[in-house]
Amino acid sequence: MIAIGIDLGTTNCALSFTDSASEPPRPLPIPQVLAPGEVGPRPLMPSFLYFPAPGQFAPGSLALSWVPGARDVVGTFARSQGATTPGRLVSSAKSWLSHAGVDRSGEILPWEAPEGVPRVSPLEASARYLAHLRAAWEQAHPDDALDDQEVVLTVPASFDAVARELTQQAAMLAGFEEPPRLLEEPQAALYDWVAQRGDAWRDEVSVGDVILVVDIGGGTTDFSLIAVREEDGTLELERVAVGDHILLGGDNMDLALAYTVRAQLEADGKSLDDWQMRALTHGCRAAKETLLGEDPPEQCPLVVPSRGRRLIGGSLRAELSRATLNAVLLDGFFPEVAVDARPQTPRRVGLTTLGLPYPSDAAITRHLAAFLGRGGDGDGFVRPTAVLFNGGVTRSPLVRDRIMGILTAWLTEHGAPAPTVLSGTDAELAVSRGAAYYAWARREGGVRIRGGTAQSYYVGIERSELAVPGIPPRVDAVCIAPFGMEEGSEVQLNQVFGLVLGEPVSFRFFGSSTRQDDDVGTTTTVAPLTELAPIETTLDGTEGQIVEVRLHARVTEVGTLELSAVAAQPDDDQRWKLSFDVRGQD
Amino acid sequence: MEPLGFGARLWLALVLPFRVLFDGQLAARIDGVDDAPPALPPEPEPEPEPIEAEPETTSALQLLTLFQREGRFVDFLQEDVSGFSDADIGAAARVVHEGCTRALRDVLTLAPVRSEDEGAAVELAAGYDASRTRATGNLVGEPPFRGTLAHHGWEVTKISLPTLVEGHDPSIVAPAEVEIQ
Repeated sequence: MIAIGIDLGTTNCALSFTDSASEPPRPLPIPQVLAPGEVGPRPLMPSFLYFPAPGQFAPGSLALSWVPGARDVVGTFARSQGATTPGRLVSSAKSWLSHAGVDRSGEILPWEAPEGVPRVSPLEASARYLAHLRAAWEQAHPDDALDDQEVVLTVPASFDAVARELTQQAAMLAGFEEPPRLLEEPQAALYDWVAQRGDAWRDEVSVGDVILVVDIGGGTTDFSLIAVREEDGTLELERVAVGDHILLGGDNMDLALAYTVRAQLEADGKSLDDWQMRALTHGCRAAKETLLGEDPPEQCPLVVPSRGRRLIGGSLRAELSRATLNAVLLDGFFPEVAVDARPQTPRRVGLTTLGLPYPSDAAITRHLAAFLGRGGDGDGFVRPTAVLFNGGVTRSPLVRDRIMGILTAWLTEHGAPAPTVLSGTDAELAVSRGAAYYAWARREGGVRIRGGTAQSYYVGIERSELAVPGIPPRVDAVCIAPFGMEEGSEVQLNQVFGLVLGEPVSFRFFGSSTRQDDDVGTTTTVAPLTELAPIETTLDGTEGQIVEVRLHARVTEVGTLELSAVAAQPDDDQRWKLSFDVRGQD
Repeated sequence: MEPLGFGARLWLALVLPFRVLFDGQLAARIDGVDDAPPALPPEPEPEPEPIEAEPETTSALQLLTLFQREGRFVDFLQEDVSGFSDADIGAAARVVHEGCTRALRDVLTLAPVRSEDEGAAVELAAGYDASRTRATGNLVGEPPFRGTLAHHGWEVTKISLPTLVEGHDPSIVAPAEVEIQ
């Protein structure tokens, strides 16, 4: 048996594997189209899908050994080509997968693509990336079919039940025989740390510690809290809280820098076209990495090459100084704020577009303050004792120091000790490697992080009141699955519903990552909850007959939530599966 | 003397013009290479294999394509630098340097031939590998020779060029680009 971990990322995918306890998981080089006619392996596969115009590339030049007649392309070339032709590029499919405002199984990507461009659903795009990873595996390991191995697929901790279910469906679309097990990315990062540390990890943390996982990737930021507990005399890890999915990451930082430099250039009377702006953004990324790295210079020269062949005559020169970087990046994205700071929400504009729900406040530290402020006792915030960083941005010592400085200030102000940093993981490969470690630990034994469901879930039930014309009936939310339900457990709602057979029935469905104390049956208003996709089913049976049912919620072995209606009569064991309607609501 | 492998030759051929251009000391050394007395072989060398009439060119073109795509290498060499200031050339060299370094890292792994620091004292024992280490200067008598390391040498330890699909024309080092309005 080989243990395989797949990181289906917003901007990059990776697959790592291990077949022994002594060897840490290693990444699979993923063959991908690098340019028309050229195929080569890379450790990461950019999560981009590009649809060429007819005749844009020579026939057969996008061929892979497993798709000789490929007409579109994923990976490195999709990303670089898509940068010059954005209307034909599918990007951030994963963020769309968790966006309840659109039809996630509908052909909506590339978002706002011009007429005539092929489109796919977020589900299909994700399936394409998984199918590519799958084929890369099969090619490299023809004797070890993927379906015979222990496969773990990672999802953001903030993914709700619907997005998790869709991730599974994407895997099935990609040809997996069995749905792979799901694992939350911050947990995977922590598993990687445990794997790197070996048994020594138990010496670095102790009972009562709370580990904050700060994951800042290319396009998203996620926070999780994992507590160190003791059970039967040994240390155990338990995931106790997850934050919201924040669409903010390294790409935003590169853009912010590029706009700043462009303003400098324009002040000097130089103008940039779109192509040069993209080149500048690339340049800013490289400069950012230099200036945020070890021993940064005072300033970093930036050259925007001309597009034409005249490289020397046509290039524009600019400079990015550390002061600018500090002002734009550290003060813009990581401002020193108080622990009671909260992300600023601007007044809602009447007309909002249906794009991805980008946050209006770019300050990651304010989002962090809000996350820590959600739980916690006394003066209202959780006090982490250790921090694990993950994601490309956190490779920078300056960014890490900034976050640690702010956290330390928050904690020491309230009499808590400064947190320590858990180091030793690779920010880009930790998730896939940790997932492979977890896959191994599941089969062969090893440390496990307990967690269960990351949200609590509710069904909406109309209040029986006198109907008032023109006013929709008020809806109560009844908790159907509490926070932290473990794999394999099942709960039922005592309330009995009379449902008509032969007709489609639908319930409104809500989730919350903050209400951790609600039990099954707890009734609340819908205001503090996030509405997810409705759940629906058609109860087959004699049409028109009414049957009394109870709602059941079960967490499957692979980590998805399964809802069903079960006949309430004790002698009747009929069961109807409820499924999510992901076609999007308005 | 063993001939260098193709990869090493290609690398040398690509990089030397560059280094000669910017590194006066190296240029001086290379200028002296032809005048240096030949190393005395301990035994008659075997006849070198005849060079193939037509060397395989695809991988050379591939590397050139890569350097052009990532670092505008061909643009840089094809431009007449005489009219530009050093500052302008320097700025362009950054583009070339950054991109070509990245391209290089992607396809091949380079290691020094000798691990000693440049300037360190080095002894060449009898039967040393003349393809890996070249002795210059006051070469008299038989090895061992004593000297200082002038250049640690470069060796390609691993090369993995992208595979090409059937029918791909490698001689298009950079396609013409047309921006559709």
